[in-house]
Amino acid sequence: MSPLLRFEDVALRRGGRLLFEGLDLELGAGDALQVAGPNGSGKSSLIRLAAGLLHQERGRIERLPLALADDALALDRELPLKRALSFWGRPVDGATDALGIAHLSDVPVRMLSSGQQKRATLARVAASGAPLWLLDEPLNALDRDGAERLERLIRAHLGTGGAVLAASHQPLPGKWRRLDLQP
Amino acid sequence: MIRALIARDLRRGFSGPAWLPIAFFLLVATLVPFAIGPDAQLLGRIAPGMLWIAALTAALLPIERLVEPDRADGVLDQLALHGVAEESSVLAKIVAHWLSFGPLLLIAAVPASALLAMGPDVLARTEIALAIGTPGLAALAVAVAALTAGLPRGGALAGLLLLPLAVPLLIFGASASSGTSGPMLLEAAISLLLTAGSPFVAGAAIRAART
Repeated sequence: MSPLLRFEDVALRRGGRLLFEGLDLELGAGDALQVAGPNGSGKSSLIRLAAGLLHQERGRIERLPLALADDALALDRELPLKRALSFWGRPVDGATDALGIAHLSDVPVRMLSSGQQKRATLARVAASGAPLWLLDEPLNALDRDGAERLERLIRAHLGTGGAVLAASHQPLPGKWRRLDLQP
Repeated sequence: MIRALIARDLRRGFSGPAWLPIAFFLLVATLVPFAIGPDAQLLGRIAPGMLWIAALTAALLPIERLVEPDRADGVLDQLALHGVAEESSVLAKIVAHWLSFGPLLLIAAVPASALLAMGPDVLARTEIALAIGTPGLAALAVAVAALTAGLPRGGALAGLLLLPLAVPLLIFGASASSGTSGPMLLEAAISLLLTAGSPFVAGAAIRAART
């Protein structure tokens, strides 16, 4: 079976600085990989590289359809949450329910707290139907309940043959393979 | 997705002060007679040029809101991940931007023509010239907005960048309004070039600006 994401000998340079080189990684169905490392070690850049938003200096990257949740909200602030999420073209009820924000469907996005906004970006990923999830600092602004809901979602996603690549400087709940980046 | 994007951008365009570019357009048309004096013949002669300058500034007014908010908020990134090419999202923005000021501007040109003592013939030609030229203006505005997105004081820089690029359209648009068909063909050619080229320029700019 082909992997959902594969890096072969990848090097990335940002702003004249070599963030990493010779990086190999492979995510198959059911794999969860945490990218760890101190601030500035290139975790977010690795995620954006995996998403195809940045381009590697060397090496090869293969990827299946994916969904990304990072710090950017990408939801229209003036719309109610459900309409804003629906813009991305997928039914969102299951995902908002799983993340505990279904009761906020009619609340404008700009009124949400930062934790609720984080849940909304995660709900977009959960609703995307993409086999590969890329999560950049998924625990930022989440409370304990949010973290537990996220963990359940991730387990369910892995159970159905998906894969998750998450960047985080803090330990993520559950079982993860780890990739440490050096500054 | 493209249709949804146009609808969204249009809704956002009209949710802000959508009347502002048009109010600006009429304001210029109102001020010109005060500045030039009430000589109807002189006013009638410079009126098409004045309307063109007013149209240019109307297209320029919302330039800071065209691309930068979506870049900063990750909407452009998410669109790319949803398989929408940058060029397509830019095209949607051009369509939405034109729809938000073009038709209104064509209507506002009628009262403006009265203020500037324009004859009905000249008004008709000016309307046609504006209808041909404003899509080019909209495309240029979106391309410049994409080029300056993410830069500090991008709005001021966008104005400086846009004005010289709009000069050919202005020259031929204004002379098409006052007579022969030669300038109108040239105006149409320039407008077409801007409309067709801008999505590629803006798409490349958006990709290059990613960090």
